[in-house]
Amino acid sequence: MFTYIARRLLQTVVLLFLLSIFLFALVNLAPGGPLAGQGRSRQIRPEKIEILKRQFGLDKPLPTQYLIWLVGNDWMRVDTDGDGIEESFGTRKGILRGDFGFSYRTRQPVLEEIGQRLPNTVLLMTITLFIGVLIAIPVGIVSAIRQYSKFDITVTTLSFAGQAIPEFFLGLVLILIFYAWLKNPWTGEPLLPSGGMVSLNVSGPAVWDRIKHLILPVITGALGWIAWYSRFLRSSMLEVANKDYLRTARAKGLPNWMVLYKHALRNALIPLITMLAIDLPTIFGGAVFVETLFSWPGMGRLYFTAAVDRDYPVLLAILIMGAAAIIFSNLLADVLYSFLDPRVRYD
Amino acid sequence: MTQTLGDLPQIEYGTSGSLTEAASIGAGIWKRFRRHPGAIAGSIILLILIALCIFAPLSPYDPEVSNMDERYQPPSWSHPMGTDALGRDLLTRVLYGGRISLLVGLLVIGISISIGVPVGALAGYYGGTLDTILMRITDTFLTLPTLLVLILLSAILREVEFPLIERNSVLTIGLVIGILSWMIFARLVRASFLTIRELDFVSATRALGGSDARIILRHILPNSIGPIIVEATLEMGYAIIEESGLSFLGFGIQPPTPSWGNLLSNAQENFTKYPWLAIFPGLMIFLAIISVNYIGDGLRDAVDPYKVIEKAGEY
Repeated sequence: MFTYIARRLLQTVVLLFLLSIFLFALVNLAPGGPLAGQGRSRQIRPEKIEILKRQFGLDKPLPTQYLIWLVGNDWMRVDTDGDGIEESFGTRKGILRGDFGFSYRTRQPVLEEIGQRLPNTVLLMTITLFIGVLIAIPVGIVSAIRQYSKFDITVTTLSFAGQAIPEFFLGLVLILIFYAWLKNPWTGEPLLPSGGMVSLNVSGPAVWDRIKHLILPVITGALGWIAWYSRFLRSSMLEVANKDYLRTARAKGLPNWMVLYKHALRNALIPLITMLAIDLPTIFGGAVFVETLFSWPGMGRLYFTAAVDRDYPVLLAILIMGAAAIIFSNLLADVLYSFLDPRVRYD
Repeated sequence: MTQTLGDLPQIEYGTSGSLTEAASIGAGIWKRFRRHPGAIAGSIILLILIALCIFAPLSPYDPEVSNMDERYQPPSWSHPMGTDALGRDLLTRVLYGGRISLLVGLLVIGISISIGVPVGALAGYYGGTLDTILMRITDTFLTLPTLLVLILLSAILREVEFPLIERNSVLTIGLVIGILSWMIFARLVRASFLTIRELDFVSATRALGGSDARIILRHILPNSIGPIIVEATLEMGYAIIEESGLSFLGFGIQPPTPSWGNLLSNAQENFTKYPWLAIFPGLMIFLAIISVNYIGDGLRDAVDPYKVIEKAGEY
């Protein structure tokens, strides 16, 4: 097992390295280059662009730029004031030492930008995923046990609908109903807020206010998860239903609930748990649609604004971290799978 | 849970055991597909949608000419979906948008099949180093955060001024979504090639002197076409969702060309006052995707009846 994990980690390093080259090239081969957005948003004179290019090190050949991005430039002389003379050592440390550079837009370190947004996304997505799974598990179990019952058919239809309704449309409809149409009968204000994390005019922890802001984004995000996971659990319950060990359990006289919960459910949950592990990166990447729609200051919206403004350091950082999160969660899923199902062995 | 074979759906294995003609296999598939009520309903709805979009030019209104006297009209007999901020008939625009959205879907299927199938076929047929290399590339693409890369690519390409892909045309968006969604085809085709290449009829063809190309194209590929068709159908749904999502964020099809996504996006600004502007394009996306998904589901059961047994009656 340890050799397996070690080998996978090694592969991960190689894969991330290749991906970093690919993503870096992608971002930098863009027409106009990284400064294209700068020229568009503000009027900058051409000679100022030249100075900026030298200051950001964008005048160097791409491989050199990549190297600087990767390992930093504190070992080489750079042109800090952009006058064409390389006078002092650079200050960048490179992503390998945790320096993702500065955001072109806010001039803040990229990691600080991400640090401000990540907790918000993690909060939203953990609650969404948790509620999604919490509802999906009982629904999936019941519709598998009562296969072809009215309940099952309703749930199957609903889950098809849930997977077909785009998040951005569902969110709009929810805002329409709970913000525009339904009013709080006592104050006449909208029943639920349409965006943000907390109202501007409240102070202190404002727990209830924060919960109110969470309701719509969480429903919008969770519906897809509920549809997907309940269907997934249903089919994995039905898959174990025909297994010999269930027949054995029943044959030795165990009561039905015990067969169901101790033998069927436990085995049916294994694929669900690994599936959850695979889906974990969404907690990091956030939901671009939910966050833009509900003005939730998280990673998804950060990425969206960075894409609009062509803030390449931020884009690159989020892309690399997102890819790393996907690779690690795939590894986690494989390891979990062999841990939960000892028949599965990797060597 | 009492799961007996009696609970399983009855399965037809073609007609009267005659395996001589491909037509009878097709008939068997159709027979099983017909039993899936969702798939039939989905096909009918999708066909109606497609027909409406094809005949969109028959509408008395122009999708792009504004009429300031008729701004923000709620749905009525003359404008079944109302009118937008420039007084344009929304139904007409939605139908023209549907052309774009469905076209992007078809384009994505075309592109991802023409990348994924050759990759999977070569990897599965030849195996060895070629297989390792091709599958590594596939895995690398699978580790990309798809939506984020999609946003990045279309944000970059939005500024490009090449003739064909200028300003995120249908072609650009189809291309971008396509190159990020061929991996599933590569995996499917590889898997079925791995099994089929070991079968006797393949060895027989080889013994008769059939070239690799002939074996791949004439003998193995036709036998793995089922899963490809099923996946292509489902891919259509993903493509529509992705296109409308990108357009919703402003990175996809650019106005004034309507697409379901950018109609929805434009409706956002004042949609609490004029909700129909958002509801109708959204409903169209929903209808298209749910029909495509039901068709895909029905096809999956119809093409591969054994899977139905395995999945024990999954609808």
